[in-house]
Amino acid sequence: MRLYAISVYLFLYIPIGVIAVFSFNSGRHASQFMGFSTKWYGKALSNPFVMDALETSLIAAFLTACLAASLGTMAAIALQGVSGWLRTLFDALIYIAVMIPGIVIGIATLIALVTVFGWVNPMLAALWPEGATPPQLNMGMGTLVAAHTMFTMALVIIIVRARIAGMDRSLLEASQDLFATPWGTFRQVTLPLIAPAILAGFLLSFTFSFDDFIIAFFVAGSETTLPIYIFSSIRRGVTPEINAIGTMVMAASLMLLVIAQMLLRRGVSKSG
Amino acid sequence: MSAAVRTIAEFRGLTKTFGPVVAASDLNLSIAEGEFLSFLGPSGCGKTTALRMLAGFEAPTEGEVLLDGEVVNHVEAHNRPVNMVFQHYALFPHLSVFDNIAYGLRQRRPQPDRATVKQKVEKVLEIVRLEGFGPRRIWEMSGGQQQRVALARAIVNEPKILLLDEPMAALDRKLRKEMQIELQTLQRRLGITFVLVTHDQEEALSMSDRICVMNGGRIVQVGTPRELYDNPRTRYVAGFVGTSNFFDAVVAEAGPDHVAARLAGGQHVRGKPGFAVKTGQEVCVSIRPEQIALSREAPDAGMSEPVTILNRIFLGEHTEYLVRSGTLGDILVLVPRQSELNAGTFNVGEEAFVSWDENALLILEQ
Ligand SMILES: Nc1ncnc2c1ncn2[C@@H]1O[C@H](COP(=O)(O)OP(=O)(O)O)[C@@H](O)[C@H]1O
Ligand SMILES: [Mg+2]
Repeated sequence: MRLYAISVYLFLYIPIGVIAVFSFNSGRHASQFMGFSTKWYGKALSNPFVMDALETSLIAAFLTACLAASLGTMAAIALQGVSGWLRTLFDALIYIAVMIPGIVIGIATLIALVTVFGWVNPMLAALWPEGATPPQLNMGMGTLVAAHTMFTMALVIIIVRARIAGMDRSLLEASQDLFATPWGTFRQVTLPLIAPAILAGFLLSFTFSFDDFIIAFFVAGSETTLPIYIFSSIRRGVTPEINAIGTMVMAASLMLLVIAQMLLRRGVSKSG
Repeated sequence: MSAAVRTIAEFRGLTKTFGPVVAASDLNLSIAEGEFLSFLGPSGCGKTTALRMLAGFEAPTEGEVLLDGEVVNHVEAHNRPVNMVFQHYALFPHLSVFDNIAYGLRQRRPQPDRATVKQKVEKVLEIVRLEGFGPRRIWEMSGGQQQRVALARAIVNEPKILLLDEPMAALDRKLRKEMQIELQTLQRRLGITFVLVTHDQEEALSMSDRICVMNGGRIVQVGTPRELYDNPRTRYVAGFVGTSNFFDAVVAEAGPDHVAARLAGGQHVRGKPGFAVKTGQEVCVSIRPEQIALSREAPDAGMSEPVTILNRIFLGEHTEYLVRSGTLGDILVLVPRQSELNAGTFNVGEEAFVSWDENALLILEQ
């Protein structure tokens, strides 16, 4: 049993370990280790295509995280006031949103957006005065962020709602009893108490968006995110440069996930 | 109470239902300014519901809540000049002790300046004997200290009424006794009206000016601790406020001050009626354990019954005997130490007589 567990972990982590190790390879081929060097990191960081893709990814991830955290929190709070079959329906929809494979979301979003743009763009063109170029809705940063937000918002709702459910209701009454208006109670009691969950949701959304390849592949249009860049360069062969990028992305994501986990834990132990 | 005492709050026909559950039913009560009033009753009898309607957390289904002579049914909790000490304190975990206490002051508009807030908070910290604890976090405080913070957080606002929902339930016995004394002293000192909810009769008896006994969502009797103890109206009140012996009886003759009743064993007793009775009515005769005398020989005058000693418990000041009478069943007798020194102790199994003065008997509603 133990052996089995160990082999599963090895199977999972050896490829990742290999990538990390080979990112420090001084040789140019991914198959032979020629000696330690950090030159590929330098190379990756000075490659303008990599930096462009990184910038796109960071912007998309940041916007996604902001939108998902704020919309998700609002939805979680609003859902407190909903009960009965409507609540059951919303719960089901949220869990479905989390469970649907990325590829389905990617394709579905792509088809939906293309269809909608197909209707809207001619209408915009018709409304615009002769001579001026009408605005065109296209796949790009906007659609990428929208698709990522849709998916990660469900995560935020689940996390924040768990936190609200674990909150002592009498704290809200105490605040009310001490003359705080409903808004005052929200600002001074509810928000600070659910803040760790919101921040954790923000970080998870950021990581998800930053790492995502499948959804981005379908809806990013002409934008190249880092995962898309990696994918397209792998087709020309795996270089230590790719390994270096992969290692950096992995380290950053891991760090954010650990922070998110710590926030969620700390929040629980403090209020308990 | 003197006529000069002002009514600060009032319930008029107050009823609250939760679906099919009637939590409070037709409550009528005046609360006097500056008094210490307790709602006493077993768990689930509607005490908290009554308190929450006063605080504004529950809207009455029927009837009116008056504060300072005005109907406040539709005034929200954050606009009522009352403050509450919650059962589990409900202190804000993300704020320091100081900020918890300052919370209410800071909601005022216009906001008081920092110096005023600081000065007021420090003054109540001193009142609840927590000087210097301001910067502490809530989870660094013990249960007793948290309770004092909760108290300070409420009284710093100088509420018209301070509401306390079983504030001592989570404390251990010794700490509870200390807190009871502290609360009572504090109430005298501040002159704020206190309304306490408790299921602990000892707590209610020792702290309150008046007690409102509740059962099944209704107010059964309101009175000073002494009134309730000496003149309970029903068997329920007599049993809840102190302990008592109860015998079933039928009214044989109903007079204005005294009632003659026939006990199950055929004996006739006379006693004070706690309510209007009719001849033939089934009632309950109550006598407190400390008002029963235990002797080896039947006394010449008054009523006596032969009994067998079943059990003896030495309680220091008193000795408690459980005795059995052939006709009246088991009877609890409390013998003071002094009379035991005179008459000697009784052993289990010994035959004896119980007797009482007829003024000690109460005729109560079943
Ligand atoms: N929010 C509520 N919803 C449904 N039933 C309630 C609610 N609050 C109280 N009750 C019911 O009302 C009755 C009185 O409750 P409560 O006032 O809390 O009693 P007490 O404080 O004397 O123990 C109980 O039967 C309780 O179950
Ligand atoms: Mg209660």
